[in-house]
Amino acid sequence: MASYTALTYWELAAASVFVFIDAGLSVIFALNVHRGLLVAAIRMVVQLTLVGLVLTTLFSLVSPLWTGIAAFAMVLFAGHEAAQRQERRLAGWWSYGLGTGCMMMSSVLVTVFALLTAVRPNPWYDPRYAIPLLGMILGNCMTGVGLGLNTLTTSLVNRRASVEAQLMLGATRQVAAAPVTREALRSALMPTINSMAATGVVSLPGMMTGQILGGVPPAEAVKYQILVMFLIAGGTGLGAVTAVLGGVYRLTDGRHRLRLDRLTALKAA
Amino acid sequence: MYSGLKEMAVDAAATMEANEPVLTTCHAGAPILQVRDLRTKLLKPASLSLSAGECIAIRGPSGAGKTLLLRAIADLDPNEGVVCLDGRDRSTLAGPEWRRLVGYVPAEPGWWGDTVGEHFSEWTGALALVRDLGFPKDAKAWPISRLSTGERLRLALIRALMVGPKVLLLDEPTAALDPASVAAVESLIAARVRAGLAVLWVTHDAEQAKRIAHRLLVVRDGQVREEVPEWLVTQP
Repeated sequence: MASYTALTYWELAAASVFVFIDAGLSVIFALNVHRGLLVAAIRMVVQLTLVGLVLTTLFSLVSPLWTGIAAFAMVLFAGHEAAQRQERRLAGWWSYGLGTGCMMMSSVLVTVFALLTAVRPNPWYDPRYAIPLLGMILGNCMTGVGLGLNTLTTSLVNRRASVEAQLMLGATRQVAAAPVTREALRSALMPTINSMAATGVVSLPGMMTGQILGGVPPAEAVKYQILVMFLIAGGTGLGAVTAVLGGVYRLTDGRHRLRLDRLTALKAA
Repeated sequence: MYSGLKEMAVDAAATMEANEPVLTTCHAGAPILQVRDLRTKLLKPASLSLSAGECIAIRGPSGAGKTLLLRAIADLDPNEGVVCLDGRDRSTLAGPEWRRLVGYVPAEPGWWGDTVGEHFSEWTGALALVRDLGFPKDAKAWPISRLSTGERLRLALIRALMVGPKVLLLDEPTAALDPASVAAVESLIAARVRAGLAVLWVTHDAEQAKRIAHRLLVVRDGQVREEVPEWLVTQP
C-alpha cells in the first residue's frame, strides 16, 4: 500500500498556480470569469477537504449505521440534483420522491450486489469500498434518471396531440405513451452507452487513473474499471426504467387519460 | 333563530336525498347518450341527451367550452357527473373501451407515425371511406408532414369511423376544407346518421348547422343550453 507518492501542501500550492494563470487570462481578455473561477476553486478545496475528513472518520469507524447515514445523504443530494435539472417537474412530492426513490433502489441494489459478489470486503459494508462504489454508481444514475424524466415530461407536453390521438381511438395509456417512453429511455441510457464505447480509447476513467497513481498495477485497475462500468450500466438502466415508467404512471390515470395537469409550469430560464 | 337554522339543515338533507337517485341511474332506452351534470374545473354542469340516428349541432363563441364539453364526454379530462351509453354507466367501462364506443375527432388531430398508413390498423377496410373523401388508394404511403390541414381532418375522420363508434364527437371537422370536401364530409356523416350513428357536431357555421343537425346546443361561458333554432321554428 505504500507504493503511492504522498503529496505535500507545498506541492498542491504550486499546482494551484495554473488556476491563477486562468484568472489572469480572464482579466487580460476581459472574460469576467476570474471571480467565479477563484470562488469555484476555493469551494472545491473546502468541499474536498471536508469530504476527506468525513471519509477518514467513516473509514475508521466502519459502522453500519454511519455508513448507511452517509449513503442516505448521498442519495438525497443526488435526488435533489436530478429534480433541479427538470424543465417541467411533477407536481408535489412526486418531483423529488420519484427520482430519489428510483435512484436509491437501483444504486443501493447494484452496490450491495457488487459488495457481496465481486469486491467482498470484510465486513461487507466496509465504507472504504461501499461509499466510493455507491458514489460512482449514483453519479451516473443521477444523470440517467434526470435525462429520462426530463425527456419524458418535455415530450409528453410537446407531443400531447399524438399521445391523445391514440387514446381517443381506444388505445391504453401504455400503448399511447410507448413512443415517448422509448424516447425517454433511450436518452437516459445514451450517456452510459457512449461512455462505455469511448472508455480507454478517448478517455481514461478517473477511478482507474487514481488507482494507477496509487500504485495498483494497470491490469488490476482495468479489471476494477470494467466492474464499475458494468455496475454503472446496471444501476443507470434500472433507475431510469423505473423512474420513466413511474413518470408515465403518474402522468396518466386509471381512466387512461393524459394528466399533464400533474406537471408544474415551465421553469423560467 | 336557533330553530330556524335547524330546519334549514333538515331541508338541505332532504333535498340531497331526493336528488341522489336521479344522479346515479342510467336508463336504458331511446336516447343512446345521456349526460347529466357533467362538469370539469372550467365547464359548468351540462346535461344533454342524444338519440341514435340524431345529430346535434353545438355552437358558441370561441373559448366558450365547446371543446371542453366534447373532451369531458370522451373522458379525456378529469370530470364529474353521469354519462351513459345505451343505459350503461360510463364508470363501468374502462377508458379505452368507452372511447372506442364514443369516438372523438379533435379540431387539430394528432399523428404518431410518419406515414398515413401507420395510423390505420387496416387500410384495405378503410378504402371505401378513403375514396369517398377524395383520396387515392396509394394515400397510405403519404408522409404525414406533407398533408394539408384539410387532408389531416378528413383522414382523422376516417380513422375515427374505422373504430366503429356508436357516438361520434366532431370538433369543427370541416373548418379547413374546400366546398367540395365539406359537401363530401357532410353527406358521409349524414349517411352514417341515417344508419343510426349519433353525432355531436361543433360548428361555427349557422348554415352548416341547419344542413346537418336536428337540434342545436349553445355553449356560452362554460354553460350548455339547448336552443330552438329559427330553422325549426319557421317550419310548420
